[in-house]
Amino acid sequence: MSATHADTIIMPTRKSPVPVISFAGLVLALVILPTFVYPVFLMKLLCFVLFAAAFNLLLGYTGLLSFGHAAFFGGAAYVTAHALKVWQITPELAILAGVVTAIVLGVIIGVLAIRRQGIYFAMITLAMAQMFYFFCLQAPFTNGEDGIQGFSRGNLFGIIDLNETMNLYYFIAALVVLSLILIWRIVYSPFGQILRAIRENEQRTISLGYSVQRFKLGAFVMSAGLSGLAGALKALLFQFATLADVAWQMSGEVILMTLIGGIGTMAGPIVGAGVLVGMQNFLATSGLPVTMVLGGTFMICVLLFRRGIVGEILHLLERRKG
Amino acid sequence: MTTIFGVALPVLMGQLLIGLINGSFYALLSLGLAVIFGLLRIVNFAHGAFYMVGAFVAWMLLSYAGVGYWGALFLAPLAVGVLGMVIERTMLRALYGLDHLYGLLFTFGLALLLEGGFRHFYGTSGLPYAAPEALRGATNLGFMVLPNYRGWVVVASLVLCFGTWAIIEKTKVGAYLRAATENSTLVQAFGVNVPLLLTLTYGFGCALAGIAGVLAAPLFQVSPLMGSNIIIVVFAVVVIGGMGSILGAIVTGYMLGIVEGLCKVFYPEAANIVVFVIMAIVLLLRPAGLFGKDS
Repeated sequence: MSATHADTIIMPTRKSPVPVISFAGLVLALVILPTFVYPVFLMKLLCFVLFAAAFNLLLGYTGLLSFGHAAFFGGAAYVTAHALKVWQITPELAILAGVVTAIVLGVIIGVLAIRRQGIYFAMITLAMAQMFYFFCLQAPFTNGEDGIQGFSRGNLFGIIDLNETMNLYYFIAALVVLSLILIWRIVYSPFGQILRAIRENEQRTISLGYSVQRFKLGAFVMSAGLSGLAGALKALLFQFATLADVAWQMSGEVILMTLIGGIGTMAGPIVGAGVLVGMQNFLATSGLPVTMVLGGTFMICVLLFRRGIVGEILHLLERRKG
Repeated sequence: MTTIFGVALPVLMGQLLIGLINGSFYALLSLGLAVIFGLLRIVNFAHGAFYMVGAFVAWMLLSYAGVGYWGALFLAPLAVGVLGMVIERTMLRALYGLDHLYGLLFTFGLALLLEGGFRHFYGTSGLPYAAPEALRGATNLGFMVLPNYRGWVVVASLVLCFGTWAIIEKTKVGAYLRAATENSTLVQAFGVNVPLLLTLTYGFGCALAGIAGVLAAPLFQVSPLMGSNIIIVVFAVVVIGGMGSILGAIVTGYMLGIVEGLCKVFYPEAANIVVFVIMAIVLLLRPAGLFGKDS
């Protein structure tokens, strides 16, 4: 794709202060929160925020529903855990290995999936991810049902000890915030404009001369890579990578997070991940069947709150503005 | 002993039979998916869950009411069909005007709800369900020993598949259904009650899944997980065959079951991924699917 195309897209001229204030607020909240909230819970939440945000880049801004994002999340988690345990490399390299794995998987699954549209796209990604699940079930390095566990987090760059909770917290928080800024940059770049054009009207985007397939693949691979980062961080946090990370239920959970928060909104995945992780924590101790509640929530969201929490708020604000 | 490609004939035949059985379920389920998708434009993710509910209803009828296999073969699909119709009337209906993805997401939630519910009350270990008296035992066909129940499943599923095909292609109701699939507004203008047709079609598709569940109950254990295990493979089958054609769904279902069975003989490690590999190859060579006329 050439720059001439990008130049033709009209970008908003007045710089809005809202994003800068929002990100500053987010950083401030992340600095203050550990004094009130259990840091491990916060870190888990941050991993899922990133996962949902990466997923939203694809569903919300490109209009592609992937039912196979667990493959990227779990695949990266496995490779990161394996790298830390067996190769014994430093955590930043282990995470990099995980992200690269997710990107490679993203290219393979993406090339196949973009050959079809809509619901077929969803079914293909689901089937490919299930294939990867069976691969992980049988491959010797994943230890089957036991998963990879019992490794040290190691020292970041060989210096900073990540087994220290607050070191780990600031490391994960920094990476997640940087990734969110990256996603925001992607969405509001000329590239992101084209992605949204594809979401709104694929045929018209083609007729404008964009090679839609390449943009779709680009978005898919970026989303896969960022999901991989989330999975790698989760493996680092819990020192644990299992089949649950690659199973289709995980793909379903990230869809639900995005849906609850608000598809195609920046803050949606953050809110959605918060609601879902909080809900799971509550349900785990309450004795209620988690899957059932998740399923019911899914149905209610699709029937009544398709805009999601953030989407409904934005909608209300817009209506008040007139 | 007779061998083919270095494999003993009875072993090969045994795996082929298992493949044919699995293919029967793939065919029945992808047929139901195709019928529902054709008219309602909804990918019924809950199809696997309805299959599981069918098996559970059969088990419950036997355990709580003493109703045996033959009664269940009639009552379980009826119950599943009614459940489907109620869901269509009360909830699914609201999603017709929207993007197809919402239908997929809604039925995904429904699948989780049903699976989670049964898992909560019955656990995941699986419950045994005996084959009916008349179909126990086995028949020696000379080249292999055929367990009677397995033979029955193959015959029953063939009858169901081609019966459904005949209803859709040869009867008046089927003609309405095909017409409404092409252009529902026009058909409604001719005085056909399309909303009722939609409800009945969804119920019928779910009932097909339910009857597949009853057929499966004596073969596999009745387990809450049986639905989600099979539905993903069926999705791959549907991608391979294309959802446009009823006959295509049936043929692809049987074909892939048999390929899977053969794979178990010659390269067992890949048996549970072979369908997905075929899907990938088909997508590369013929993106619209084997029988698809891509929309």
